[in-house]
Amino acid sequence: MPPIRDVMPAFELFQPASVGDALGILDRHGADAWVMAGGMDTFDWLKDRIRKPKVVVDLGMVDELRGIKDASGGLEIGAMTTLTTVANNPLVKERFPLLAEAALIVASPQIRNQGTVGGNVSQDARCWYYRAGWPCYRAGGNICYADTPTAVNREHAIFNADRCVAVNPSDTAPALIALDAEFVIKSGSAERVVPARQFFIGPGIDITKLTVLQPGDLLTAIRIPAAWAGKAHYFEKVRDRMVWDFALVNIAASLNMSGTTITDARMVVNGVAAEPYRLDAVEAAIKGKPRDKATADLAADLAVQGAVPLRHNAYKIPLVKALVRRAIRGEAEWATS
Amino acid sequence: MGNLVSWGRSPWGESVLIHISWDLFWAALVGGLLFLLAHGGYMLFSQHHKRDSSDVDRLEAERRGLPANITRHGFVARMFHWVMAFSMLALLLTAFLPIVGVKFAWVQWHWMAGILLTASVMFHIVHATFVLDFWSIWVGPKDIPEFKAEMLREVGIDAPGPKPGKYPLGNRLYHLAVLVAGLAVIATGILMMWRVRTDLVERNPYMLTDATWGITYVVHGLMGVGFVGLVIAHIYFALRPEKLWVTKSMIFGTITRRQYLEHHDPDRWVADKPGPN
Repeated sequence: MPPIRDVMPAFELFQPASVGDALGILDRHGADAWVMAGGMDTFDWLKDRIRKPKVVVDLGMVDELRGIKDASGGLEIGAMTTLTTVANNPLVKERFPLLAEAALIVASPQIRNQGTVGGNVSQDARCWYYRAGWPCYRAGGNICYADTPTAVNREHAIFNADRCVAVNPSDTAPALIALDAEFVIKSGSAERVVPARQFFIGPGIDITKLTVLQPGDLLTAIRIPAAWAGKAHYFEKVRDRMVWDFALVNIAASLNMSGTTITDARMVVNGVAAEPYRLDAVEAAIKGKPRDKATADLAADLAVQGAVPLRHNAYKIPLVKALVRRAIRGEAEWATS
Repeated sequence: MGNLVSWGRSPWGESVLIHISWDLFWAALVGGLLFLLAHGGYMLFSQHHKRDSSDVDRLEAERRGLPANITRHGFVARMFHWVMAFSMLALLLTAFLPIVGVKFAWVQWHWMAGILLTASVMFHIVHATFVLDFWSIWVGPKDIPEFKAEMLREVGIDAPGPKPGKYPLGNRLYHLAVLVAGLAVIATGILMMWRVRTDLVERNPYMLTDATWGITYVVHGLMGVGFVGLVIAHIYFALRPEKLWVTKSMIFGTITRRQYLEHHDPDRWVADKPGPN
């Protein structure tokens, strides 16, 4: 860890009261502007003096970005809605308990009270080499310090590494992908709606970013369609300690059942790649199969095909297999309750 | 060098080169296009002097034994050219499209195109050394009279100096530039294979020091943007109306007897003798 310097670099602070004002500021300042939601990611960057934006746009005063409302049987969640609100909201718990469970297990109660769902999905990689401000690929340099013969890379990627081996740290991201959520992004007067899966990008596409958000963009809301409301689900997060820690691996699954047969599925693991890693082959293979041990074993083997471990993270392969098995069989839900 | 290269601070607190500034890509692109406009404008109004028709007629009469079509590029040489051209375009597109905003997973396509380029250039070196007329493409002090004559012809003066042999001076200078830039980009590119994951070499980013890696990246980048200008110029000249006969010869392999006598010195490129081409 770099020394915490605590005194942030000087910047111009804007606290807009509306989305329109926020977009105007972002449009005016472009790449010089830093969007701050709950500040859980931002303050690390600023206090470590690794990032020195000229302008910080604090969204804390924008009430219209908060709240959860019905959307034709689905939900629309404002990007600034806190994780505590998401985890405790009756509509979320009733329709999409997968998301409620994922939000409830993020970090610690204090962080969930301050952290937002928009910030949780937009947060940057937690690779300590990157966060230390070293000139790695993700920071615009020409090396990955985590993928060297002597690197400490226990928490890093086993899938889709392309020079950089950092992973996406979000707990809510895999849940939202497993629910076919859509992300509403505004920029100037334009609005685009991006499927959750496409919101996240790997290092092959853009090694310096984890999401498609560009300067001037503002994630305003997350829409979850009704399709997966009330369906079977599974979420589990494995971490080194039971509070205030990022996932070594987490898994989010939505399963549409007809009796004991799986008719459709979404299965996403995170902490294994730079973007939440959707298990397409598993989803296809388990369709039409019973939710039993044989299907779970088949899915587990499929899930880790193509995994390339680093020196210290080969344990993630059996871990992913175990989580996929549990998700199929619906075991160990104690982990998230 | 302030803004031409990008610097970083290593974990040991040292300033290290990272790569070139991508502004240089735009500079090469704009420079290449400006050259194209300038040359195109010049050619519209210039008095570029070719060999007189009567002179060509006389040469044709003297050399009736020449075949109607003369091989300028053999099949193998043409194959090399087009494979190299394909790999070069793939390299440039995969390198620079992401910089202009077209995002895709470019790295594996880039290094695979680099392997193709390397293999084709290695083949070419062997082929040119042992099969082709090796010295016909090189430039040296002996070419100064030809250079003077060509410059005078460019401004419309019927200069008496030598005509080109197989390759005009411009071709040979271009080849020299491509050779320098190509070998540099290949050498640095091969080193950079140790920085990415492939099945070809075992990744070892600590094989070189940070400073050496920085120089490697900067040289690779400089040669890469250099190729932007070189490729623009090459495609431009290949498409110019008065050069289309050369381009066609790179496709079909031959030029006509009259083109041969009009553009070349038959004593310096003896095409009626069997031998390398």
